[in-house]
Amino acid sequence: MALTDVLFYLLAAMTGICALAVVVTQNIVRAAAWLLFTLAGVSGLFFLLGADFVGATQLLVYVGGTLVLVVFGVMLTAQSPFVNMRISAAEWGIALAVGLVLYGVLAASFLISNPKGVGDAQLGREEMADSILLGQALLGQWQASPQGTMSGLPADIHLRNRLAVSYLLPFEIVSVHLLVVLIGAAYLARAKRRRLAGPASLPVDGTDVSPPVDGQEQPLGAQT
Amino acid sequence: MNLAVGLHHFLLLGALLFVCGAVCMATKRNAIGILMGVELVLNAATINFVAFARYNPIFQVEGQIFALFVIVLAAAEAAIALAIVLNFYNNHLTVDVDTAEELKG
Repeated sequence: MALTDVLFYLLAAMTGICALAVVVTQNIVRAAAWLLFTLAGVSGLFFLLGADFVGATQLLVYVGGTLVLVVFGVMLTAQSPFVNMRISAAEWGIALAVGLVLYGVLAASFLISNPKGVGDAQLGREEMADSILLGQALLGQWQASPQGTMSGLPADIHLRNRLAVSYLLPFEIVSVHLLVVLIGAAYLARAKRRRLAGPASLPVDGTDVSPPVDGQEQPLGAQT
Repeated sequence: MNLAVGLHHFLLLGALLFVCGAVCMATKRNAIGILMGVELVLNAATINFVAFARYNPIFQVEGQIFALFVIVLAAAEAAIALAIVLNFYNNHLTVDVDTAEELKG
C-alpha cells in the first residue's frame, strides 16, 4: 500500500467514526465536538485528493465559520433539561434498521453500476486542477491559451472542444445570496430574549405569558 | 475490491456520511442536532463531487467548483437556520422540535 492509501484509510476511519459518534451521542455539545473532527477529516480528504483550494475553503468556512455558529447556537440555547434529549430504544432500532438499509442500497447501487473512473490504473493520474485553473474556470477561460488575457475570453476559443462555460455569474449570484442571507439572519436573530419568571411558566402553546420587556418590539410570531 | 484506494472508497465514505446525516436528522429532537445532520449530508455530497473531480477528468474543474458552491451555500443555510432556531428559542424557551406544533391541523 502506498502512503496515500494509508493516509486515506486513516482519514476515512477518523471521518466515519466521528460521523457515527455525532449520530450516537446524546449530548449536543459532544455532538458539536464530534462534528468538528468530522469536518476536519473531510478537509484532510480534500487535501489528499489534490483539491487544495477546496480543502482550505472547507477548513476556513466550515471548521472556522459554520461550526463556530453551531457552537454559539448550542451555547445560546442549551438549558439543563434540554441538553440531553433521549429517544427510546425502539426508535433507535428503527433508525438503525433504516440507516443500514439505506446504506446497503447506496453501496449496492454504485458497486453494481460501476461508475466511470474506476479503472484507476489506466487513468493516467491526471493532475488535479489547481487554484489557478479554478480561477480561470470561474472566468470562463478554461485553459488559458498563451495569448489569452485574464480580462476576458480570448478571441480564438477552443477550450477542450467544448463551449466555454463561465462560472462568473453563479459566483456573483452566490455572493449576493450570501449577503442577503446574512442580513436576513441578523434581522431574524436580533429579537431580544424575554426573561420569564420561572420555568413553571413555559409558553408551550405559544401564548404570551409575560409582557414585553421595557417596551421592546416583540419577536416575530408572537403578535397573535 | 482491492485495497488500493479508488473512486469506490470515496463513494462508500460519502454514503456513510450521508446515512449518518439522514439518521441524525431523523432521530435528534434538538433543532441544532438536526442542523448537524444537514451539515453531514452536505459534506457527503461534497466528498462525492471532489472524488469525481479527481477520478474523472471530465469533471476536473466542475467538481471542485460545485464543491465550493456547496460549501458557501451550506454556510448561508447554517446562518439562517441558526437565526430561526434562536427565534424559536425566544418564543418557546426550548429547541425541542416536537413542541413546534402551532401549525398542526
